[in-house]
Amino acid sequence: MKYESQRVALPFFAVAMALFVLQVVFGIFAALVYVMPEFMAEAMPFHIMRMSHTNLLIVWLLLGFMGSTYYLMPEEAEAEIHSPMLAYIQLAIFAVAGAGALLSYQFGIHEGREFLEQPLWCKVLITVSFLMFLYNTSRTLLAGRRTAINSILMLGLWLAAIFWLFAFYNPDNLSVDKLYWWWVVHIWVEGVWELIMASLLAYLLIKMTGVDREIIEKWLYVIIGLALFSGLLGTGHHYYWIGAPGYWQPLGSIFSTLEVAPFFAMVMFAFFMFWKGRRNHPNKSAMLWTLGSATVAFFGAGVWGFLHTLSFVNYYSHGTQVTAAHGHLAFYGAYVMMVLAIITYAMPQLRRMQPYNQVLNMWSFWMMTSAMCFMTFTLTFAGVVQTHLQRVMGMNYMEVQSQLGLFYMMRLGAGVVVAISVFLFLYAVFGPAREQLPAESGPALTTA
Amino acid sequence: MTEMLSRNAARNMFFGGSAFFFLVFAALTAHSHWYMVNVSTDKAGLTESVAHGKDVWEKNSCINCHSIIGEGAYFAPELGNVWTRYGGRENPEGARAGIKAWIKAQPLNAPGRRRMPAFDLSETELDALVDFFQWTDSINTQNWPPHPAG
Repeated sequence: MKYESQRVALPFFAVAMALFVLQVVFGIFAALVYVMPEFMAEAMPFHIMRMSHTNLLIVWLLLGFMGSTYYLMPEEAEAEIHSPMLAYIQLAIFAVAGAGALLSYQFGIHEGREFLEQPLWCKVLITVSFLMFLYNTSRTLLAGRRTAINSILMLGLWLAAIFWLFAFYNPDNLSVDKLYWWWVVHIWVEGVWELIMASLLAYLLIKMTGVDREIIEKWLYVIIGLALFSGLLGTGHHYYWIGAPGYWQPLGSIFSTLEVAPFFAMVMFAFFMFWKGRRNHPNKSAMLWTLGSATVAFFGAGVWGFLHTLSFVNYYSHGTQVTAAHGHLAFYGAYVMMVLAIITYAMPQLRRMQPYNQVLNMWSFWMMTSAMCFMTFTLTFAGVVQTHLQRVMGMNYMEVQSQLGLFYMMRLGAGVVVAISVFLFLYAVFGPAREQLPAESGPALTTA
Repeated sequence: MTEMLSRNAARNMFFGGSAFFFLVFAALTAHSHWYMVNVSTDKAGLTESVAHGKDVWEKNSCINCHSIIGEGAYFAPELGNVWTRYGGRENPEGARAGIKAWIKAQPLNAPGRRRMPAFDLSETELDALVDFFQWTDSINTQNWPPHPAG
């Protein structure tokens, strides 16, 4: 750690990880209700669990992005953070807004659009905090060296803030509402968040492989170009059935198929740089998370997205468990794993240690990733059966669901394994450092 | 492939291409907005009661169990076409009474069945909600869902 103000990242990571735990807990609650419908039916109905689960994910990922930005910005810009104090205040506001939303939900106070349930005052505080964050990091950037990595990262964050403003627009016409709702939801996760992900990936690769910045940054521009060229018109795959014109079916099909390209490029990029790199970085668990993120993002976001994105397939699969399967693996691969990679990379430096507890960290990687894949497979099977019974055979929804019990049980089991591996991860990263020697050779990570 | 391309050329392609695709996307969105308001949805039928019904739908976060035109939580049945499923296109009175009675009958407390909570809705709210379902059912969704089962 070369710059003292990089320490600002630490509380962001800590709060993010606390919310990660809560997110998984609510996820397990919701999965339990699928298996035991009476579970907490009075105390906490399913819709409260579900909005808590999804909102916590978004909030902790944003905190993770902020922490990552505060961590890498001084190194990239070669300047201290403009104001660490502003960062702490901004974190406090964000945490109050997040906790406030979560608590309100338990009392049935919420808005009503999916993922945007935060009460208005929380939305306003989130906006204020995010603008403070952007001010603080942009000032740091402007005062220092501009690289492709920190510029693209800031571009992604600024665009995320701008598109967030559509969350405040809620027209009475449901179709128009959906039209712009996707300007937040799709443009975030299949557009500008990919800029954030790609720049974090590029940063980790520069640090850990030692490949020339010139080469890495060129790849970075190609990847984010592919992301936006495909992702903007790819929004069309959400416009097939909501009352939009029919031309979105060919447009959305073509461009959202191309959305696989940036994720494929990211896997190629990550592995190519890894083999090309001569530097044998001691933090092998961070390298594992980095390569894993690119890989699982390709499968979760790319392959599982393509699986149901063509309009004539989506006509049957839209709004079934297939969507849930894709959502879980895409978020996990692209964003959860990327933030965990940054945390795994940054924590030893923030704690001023050699990389530590690497074997345990890798155990958590393999367990969490396997369990998330298993969960995705079970939900995919459930979705395929559901699609056939309900959309082709025309069987009643509740009857179909009663056929899917086995899949939901296996999903619950996978969720429990995820929870265990989250605790292993937290212990490996925040717990006492037992062995500081670099792991001899991590699974699948013998450097060429 | 990367040897042929310089970093600055890649950057310029990114900015130029993104700006182009954004403009196309924004223009098509604007057209879709116009199309939704004037062609695919019932402009005259979008009454205050329908808007109130959407508000009831949101206040009770129905979407975190149900889905509407395929978007939502997939934990409970699709409601974008619930009006059709209750026979509202042939017998509006019957469908209205049926949907309201169903909501008021919750929770069913049938063992092993997913439970819909009892939402304390007034008659006005129930009617507005049904109006909202009826209006939503009339959206031209390119024939989605494939089957009335939703």
